[in-house]
Amino acid sequence: MYIIVAGGGKVGHYLTRALLDAGHEVLLLEKDKARADYLMQDLGESVTRGDACEVRTMREVGMERADVVVATTGDDEDNLVVCQMAKLKFKVPRTIARVNNPQNVDIFQTLGIDATVSSTKIIFNLIEQQIETGEVIPLAPLQRGNIEIVEVDLGPDSPVVGKRVGQVTLPEDALVISIVREGHAILPNIDIKFEEGDSVIALVTAEKEPQLRAAFAETR
Amino acid sequence: MNVIILGCGRIGSTLAMSMARDGHTVAIIDRNNDAFRRLGPDFAGKTVLGNGIDDAVLRRAGIEKADAFVAVTNGDNTNIMSVQIAKERFSVPKLITRIYDPIRACAYRELGIETICTTVIGARLMKDYLMGKEWGMVSEYCAVSDTEAVI
Repeated sequence: MYIIVAGGGKVGHYLTRALLDAGHEVLLLEKDKARADYLMQDLGESVTRGDACEVRTMREVGMERADVVVATTGDDEDNLVVCQMAKLKFKVPRTIARVNNPQNVDIFQTLGIDATVSSTKIIFNLIEQQIETGEVIPLAPLQRGNIEIVEVDLGPDSPVVGKRVGQVTLPEDALVISIVREGHAILPNIDIKFEEGDSVIALVTAEKEPQLRAAFAETR
Repeated sequence: MNVIILGCGRIGSTLAMSMARDGHTVAIIDRNNDAFRRLGPDFAGKTVLGNGIDDAVLRRAGIEKADAFVAVTNGDNTNIMSVQIAKERFSVPKLITRIYDPIRACAYRELGIETICTTVIGARLMKDYLMGKEWGMVSEYCAVSDTEAVI
């Protein structure tokens, strides 16, 4: 694949190296001369000095034949513009943006950026997994269609304990994919009864997550 | 009208003072406190110190009730992003921004965002003057071709 990476900070640098090692054709764009020179020592011709937001630069690096454009700068506004211009002007099939402020993730998604990576959000989710039972814990936001995998631990007051899977009314666009009970993952069928202590793994869209929470978790 | 201006530079401050003098409700945002000095002591609007692509700052400026949002920082990308936040997240009805890069100005205008490209307008006005041509309507100077900006 031909991948263009915009932003030669640590993320861009190590991403480029990893992609090159995996055999892809990569071009890293960095606008600061000193930084670009430094990167060239490690990555050679895979580095070009230029501003990835300028259409002239995008043309120079052949963006029209890129399979993926990844924006990894430390500024959300720059990452947004790189990805939008890549899609609008060069019809790049897949754009991935680093989003520093997790509040901005939804804007990127609304504006058509294919995938967003917010390390703050990922780490936040990892921390959240440490919390008490009865809460809905997001395990991983899947980037397509705004779907998340969530884990709900069933406490003693969960409204579904004692009910069969088939009896529980789930929101639209939600699917229970596994019940983890005493370390074993069970594939759910409609006759399995929920028990206290179960970890229910479900797929749900971000908007319907609160309804899923209401269906499974303890009321407070 | 309830208007929020992002960027208290020359154009932002001039616009803010003019709108406030006409009786409109103005809130102006800037990251740098010194920038507000451009507004003078009689400015009747509100100043908000902070980053204009941050939700909390925009809300403090009253974006939820805003009729209009103007982005005039000196960073094209910040202007582009903030205007899209105003549009998509807060549904502000009237939006306008100044974009220096002719190509970005054109691209975002095609997406339905009103952009003023002072680069192109300025260069064309000057060229007309040099060529002895009378200055025409501003709208004639705004159109930018799809490839490199043709002056």
